[in-house]
Amino acid sequence: MIRNPKDLQRYTAHERANHWVVGICFILLGLSGLAFFHPAFFPLAQLFGGGVWARILHPFIGVLMTLSFLGMFFRFKSLNTMTPADKEWLARVGEMVNGDDHNMPEQGKYNGGQKAMFWVMAASVALLFVSGILLWRAYFNFPVDAVRLGAVVHAAVAAAMIGFIMVHVYAAIWVKGTIRAMWYGTVTRAWAKQHHRGWYRQMTGK
Amino acid sequence: MALQSLDIARRSATTTPPPGVRQTTEVAKLIDVSACIGCKACQVACMEWNDIRDEVGSCSGVYDNPVDLTAKSWTVMRYAEVEEKGKLEWLIRKDGCMHCADPGCLKACPAPGAIIQYANGIVDFHQENCIGCGYCVTGCPFNVPRISKEDNKAYKCSLCSDRVAVGQAPACAKVCPTGAIQFGSKEQMKDYADKRLVDLKSRGYDKAGLYDPQGVGGTHVMYVLHHADRPELYSGLPDNPSISPLVGLWKGFAKPLATVAMAAVALGSLFHYVTKGPNEVSKELEDELEKEDAK
Ligand code: HEM
Ligand code: SF4
Repeated sequence: MIRNPKDLQRYTAHERANHWVVGICFILLGLSGLAFFHPAFFPLAQLFGGGVWARILHPFIGVLMTLSFLGMFFRFKSLNTMTPADKEWLARVGEMVNGDDHNMPEQGKYNGGQKAMFWVMAASVALLFVSGILLWRAYFNFPVDAVRLGAVVHAAVAAAMIGFIMVHVYAAIWVKGTIRAMWYGTVTRAWAKQHHRGWYRQMTGK
Repeated sequence: MALQSLDIARRSATTTPPPGVRQTTEVAKLIDVSACIGCKACQVACMEWNDIRDEVGSCSGVYDNPVDLTAKSWTVMRYAEVEEKGKLEWLIRKDGCMHCADPGCLKACPAPGAIIQYANGIVDFHQENCIGCGYCVTGCPFNVPRISKEDNKAYKCSLCSDRVAVGQAPACAKVCPTGAIQFGSKEQMKDYADKRLVDLKSRGYDKAGLYDPQGVGGTHVMYVLHHADRPELYSGLPDNPSISPLVGLWKGFAKPLATVAMAAVALGSLFHYVTKGPNEVSKELEDELEKEDAK
């Protein structure tokens, strides 16, 4: 659907679909993983048909998420190189969070926070994948100390990643006009000019 | 296996007290390695009483058969040939669950009620609650639990909790022809061990001792060893075992803290929204672009 032909295309259909696959997998992984994380969350296993099913499904969903995340990683990697302007943006993120983004340095397609998020996510998925394989007793049997280390890493990185993803999702809700970029791929020019002026100029030539 | 009871001391993945009004005597099994002749009657009694038959294996060239604990072999005899003071010693150890006072399996298990510890000290798996994750294997300092390839449930020696509950000794203790497996209250077993140690010391085993490792709070299966200073001689019995610090870290206070932190991020976001308001696209910018379009 094209709401306004002057809207700017931010994501292709493939990019959006890829992101949704990762997102859905992440939610399923978080819910099923938390069930093993602490007894307080064990009832979440019921969402998957009980503890045994949660235990069976979680690692397979994890492998699917890792593969689809790899797709996203290679699509977006080159857009996420940190520049000095990004570092300045990050240093002044407090102003932004405080609700005053007028004086923030001009940003390209992604701001410093988004780029930092990208690399944190990439590192987290890599760590979760490796530690998750170590924990996968149904098919693997690694030396017990490696499994023990894997359990600590998996639980710690998962908790941190759940926190980061909540920030990621909240940022999209907070900055109005953002979520549609993941629904139909476009954003308004005003949105782009306000939040990503560098990208706006590049897209419109203004 | 499940045994409804009022004497549960600990229950896996449970944060409220389990039913524990009934107090029972702390029990123990004492395995006197110096009196064991390696006949494997205990292995047979174990499969008889529990009515489980492992697949018939093949001879690996030594007496150990099966060569390791499995989901269907809850106890195995391990035969070590050791040379001491120019003499061959055949150290035969009956391996199986040690029933730790501080069980690493129970600490690691994420499934409520899959592992319980009775007031008498027995650590029992309730397979109907087991989800098959194998965390108990990761938590155990003695490498005892085994996950069945058939039903993905964890199995190990139950210390015949069903027999003990009705005042009977475990099947292995009942059948041992030399009295190398004794069963009774933990106090009685320590006294019995003391007598055995006096005898062993008089026969020249001056390092003889009782294996009741305090790193796991003591165990409810204890060994009388001729060389208590070197338990590793007995097919790798760990010297001073304890729950791995990594397991302590994984299952310790960090998780409730992480849970609070995750909740704080979620609530923080909500309150950020209601206090700072959404980050809207500015009206000015929109109007400006509209004007440009109209030109
Ligand atoms: C990347 C691929 C992943 C693989 C292969 C994987 C695999 C596993 C495995 C095998 C377990 C043990 C339970 C079971 O056997 O099912 C586990 C536990 C867990 N997973 Fe994952 N996982 C992955 C990704 C994730 C992600 C993205 C999250 C976070 C949202 C996550 C959160 C958890 C949590 C919280 C636990 C419980 C840890 C604990 O017991 O302390 N996993 N995972
Ligand atoms: S496999 Fe072990 S840790 Fe996992 S649920 Fe079963 S008894 Fe508990």
